Amino acid sequence: MADTVLAIQNLTHFFGGLKAVSNFELELPQGVIWGIIGPNGAGKTTVFNLITGVYRPSQGKILFLNQDITNLKPHSIIQKGIARTFQNIRLFGNVTVLDNVRIGLHLNYNTSIWETILRTRKFSQEERKIKEEAMELLSHFNLCSRSEEKARNLPYGEQRRLEIARALATKPKLLLLDEPAAGMNPKEVDSLMELIYQIRQEFNLTILLIEHQMRFVMRICEHIKVMDFGETIAEGPPSEIQNNPRVIEAYLGKGGIH
Amino acid sequence: MKFLNFFKKSTPQFFMYCLAFYLVILLLNQFDIISGYPLLIIEISLIYVILATSLNLINGFTGQFSIGHMGFAAVGAYVSGTLTTLIWKLSVDQPIYQTVPLFVVALLLGGIAAALVGFLIGLPTLRLRGDYLAIVTLGFGEIIRTIINNIDYVGGPRGLLGIPQLSNFTLITIFTVLTLYVLRSLIFSSHGRAFISVREDEVASELVGVNTTRYKVMAFTIGAFFAGIAGGLLCHLIQIAHPTQFGFLPSFMVLVIVYLGGMGSLTGSVIAAFLLTILEKYLLPMGLQALSSWTLPAFGFQVGVEWRMVIYALLLIIMMLFRPEGIMGMKEAKFMMPEEH
Repeated sequence: MADTVLAIQNLTHFFGGLKAVSNFELELPQGVIWGIIGPNGAGKTTVFNLITGVYRPSQGKILFLNQDITNLKPHSIIQKGIARTFQNIRLFGNVTVLDNVRIGLHLNYNTSIWETILRTRKFSQEERKIKEEAMELLSHFNLCSRSEEKARNLPYGEQRRLEIARALATKPKLLLLDEPAAGMNPKEVDSLMELIYQIRQEFNLTILLIEHQMRFVMRICEHIKVMDFGETIAEGPPSEIQNNPRVIEAYLGKGGIH
Repeated sequence: MKFLNFFKKSTPQFFMYCLAFYLVILLLNQFDIISGYPLLIIEISLIYVILATSLNLINGFTGQFSIGHMGFAAVGAYVSGTLTTLIWKLSVDQPIYQTVPLFVVALLLGGIAAALVGFLIGLPTLRLRGDYLAIVTLGFGEIIRTIINNIDYVGGPRGLLGIPQLSNFTLITIFTVLTLYVLRSLIFSSHGRAFISVREDEVASELVGVNTTRYKVMAFTIGAFFAGIAGGLLCHLIQIAHPTQFGFLPSFMVLVIVYLGGMGSLTGSVIAAFLLTILEKYLLPMGLQALSSWTLPAFGFQVGVEWRMVIYALLLIIMMLFRPEGIMGMKEAKFMMPEEH
């Protein structure tokens, strides 16, 4: 398929003797929102870590836009156009909201160290552009008024939004969201859904997300993969997944529902 | 009016403050109010400003834990000292236009040599974090010292003697101001934010596209470069380069300055460098002498200079209790931050 953004083939990863991910396969088409679900410890975040190069896979191949990114370092993978957020928010806490986004913009600019020290015209122009772009991104996320505050002083919901803003600053084509709705109340989840639709449209994104809140996953994802103990146990549109006996078993145990 | 607006910008302000400092000291020196030993203390303070701010780039801004900073200074000191003393055989009797350019070249070469060593030590130690990195940098400082101890050409354990006193207040001030200018330009920029992101969260930093390896090596290289220059200035000021000058204790003093001033604050490092140098070289000997004149008749023992380590430790403990973030925390004086564009 020509418009496959991410193709994962036979991805397997061991932590010592533990098979954390086993034969994971994925063909992610351009422009979709897909989800990965599964009980705790199923290997979902490990898949994200493998895609972004935090871990090197024991076996398998990851292709992004038909390029092999399997053994690249994380920062080169990000440069190719993948961005992610984290399950437990990982902002740069002691710097301002604005700087968090500006660090994300960092890789799209290339002023050298010498130009920086000498404060050349090119440097000033770039700094101005970086600031403009960062403020524009912040305005998308309703964070403009917070730009000078330290990131760690933001309330939880705004930290989540800032993390997405920072990820978008790297200008990704594929966005990986690791439990974006964790700890949010139903109302916040609704506005998050809207936000995700909106950024997909505006930034022309493909989105892959991990989530535990079924209400959220079932409504937003077009296609869901279910993992348990590293294995993919089911795959399909939300309506199908909801009634899949193996999924119910994985979540509730054998004979849990009837 | 336009002229006045110019001085509202922080970079002209920065240079104005530096110039004012320079002129005031020079004036006081002219009237013999500050000369001899007090002037020497100010010069040494300035050298410690270079050492502390450059270590702050590594420890405070990039979040690494290097404790062998004087090792880099030793490389700079011995390289520049060897060039001026043993190879070019400069002396203060020669006219200034002959000695100063060569001295500056020697300093820069010393800095480059130190930077090279910083680069080399940066590469393999990048996988290490926290305590492990600290141990390696500490060991490295000792290796440098031992190597110097065993090179007869530069005097071995006797030290490199007879170095011409080419450092003077003007040159030291120029190099200090340049160091501060370069560091503040660097830190408040896209590159600087990348350094800081490594400190804040290395994994997250890598995952927003910052090449953390590159920035860590860069911090070590740049930090070592300035430490090398400081070493060169120091040995041409006190006219000797000796292995013990660059051991663990002096490295520890630079570290104390950085923590006392505030990790991630250039302003803090500047203030603490002056405070601690003046404390160590001036107030402490006086205070201990006064104390001894009381303890000697009363208890029959003297409080010697070796007690300064006790004072350091106390200072650190008091700071950790009452102001753990250091004098400035992560804040910066306004003129130390370049204007935003």
